[in-house]
Amino acid sequence: MQTFGWPEAMFIFRAAGWTLLLTAISFVIGSLLGGAFAIMRLSRIKLVRNFAAGYILVIQSIPVLMVLFMSYYGLSIIGIELPPFFAASASLAVYVSAYLAEIWRGSIESVPFQQWEASASLAHTPAQTYRYVILPQAVRISLPPTVGFLVQLVKNTSIVSVVGFVELSRAGQLVNNATFQAFQVFSLVAVIYFAICFPLSRLSRHLEKVMNASRSH
Amino acid sequence: MQFDPVFAESDLILNGIMLTIVLSASAIVLGCTLAVLLVALRTLAGRWAGYVVDAYVELMRNTPFLIQLFMIFFGLPLLGIRMSGVEAALLTMTLNLGAYSTEIIRAGVDSIHRSQFEAGVSLALSRRQVFQYVVLQPAFARVWPALSSQFVLMMLASSICSFISVQELSGAAAIVEQRTFRSFETYIIVTAVYLVMALSLKVFLLWLGRKLFPQVSGLARLDSKAEAA
Repeated sequence: MQTFGWPEAMFIFRAAGWTLLLTAISFVIGSLLGGAFAIMRLSRIKLVRNFAAGYILVIQSIPVLMVLFMSYYGLSIIGIELPPFFAASASLAVYVSAYLAEIWRGSIESVPFQQWEASASLAHTPAQTYRYVILPQAVRISLPPTVGFLVQLVKNTSIVSVVGFVELSRAGQLVNNATFQAFQVFSLVAVIYFAICFPLSRLSRHLEKVMNASRSH
Repeated sequence: MQFDPVFAESDLILNGIMLTIVLSASAIVLGCTLAVLLVALRTLAGRWAGYVVDAYVELMRNTPFLIQLFMIFFGLPLLGIRMSGVEAALLTMTLNLGAYSTEIIRAGVDSIHRSQFEAGVSLALSRRQVFQYVVLQPAFARVWPALSSQFVLMMLASSICSFISVQELSGAAAIVEQRTFRSFETYIIVTAVYLVMALSLKVFLLWLGRKLFPQVSGLARLDSKAEAA
């Protein structure tokens, strides 16, 4: 039987890199998707609006684990065998998109309606209105909750260990299976997660103060 | 796609649904109780108690539920505390939800104006009475929406307990999948069940909020009328 020493700890540290990479990739893809859904959710066309609302409601009402299984087995049934890393990023991106869409929709809606009218009276197209008037204001409002959501994402990457991808949690499980020193192993894993998440939580709280998001116009 | 083999195992899935409901309901009740106690401790007891509560809340909020579960299921037996999977799941869910609810309820308590405390004290209420009737109830009413969505998230996160082979809904799904080899069909059905459960829970909590805090929903309605006028 192995004992929990430096090589095992290094293995866990390296796996933390994969957790960060997984977070980054799923956040980037998820935010592109989420931005699109946020704008669709506010569309003037009822069908588009309802489609986005339905998507957000469904994804927010099922466990991340199920999003993962559905995309994993769903893709394999139509003959696409993705490597675990891509399957994991894809399903996390779907999860991210639904939550960010809702956060950003709220931020866009909290830009006062007069701003839309003012922009329209300057003969801006809808795209120009978003680009020059609405989004710069909405981004300020959305930054604190977005960073806050990033913490949830980092924590939820732990779930992809179920499809066999070796990130931080899976590495912890593997080392635990070899050493049976659960307390030391999972303490280290928890400390690493905490070291990633706690600064982000603090940053989110700090941004809330700096951005003065509750300011009324 | 063939759903018949999956439906043949519906007993397992029904038991899974029951266990998910029981686990979530118990975790919500116990977690809320824990949160109220911690908020009371933080508000009424000294500064050090406050620091301990804050540290607990930050620790639970910044580590994954899965790792907390592993810590309790694999770690505690090494200290001589042995638990079944279901017990470990319930304990982890309670501790996790307790931390999130503490944070939410604390925000509610902070939003109660200082003059309310003083008004309570000047009516000769004891500290406990002031906390219960003047602070806690209005605080609960204010944060009920945030608390509700946390409850729904907890119900969804209970699926993670299948990692330590607790046979709640997704644990049951894993067994059905192994028996029938119908992965996609199994998970479509289970996902649909989760969807129905989450939406029902949302509706139920909305109804419960109106029942528990009628004066607040009444006030909110008055507010919106005043704004419209």
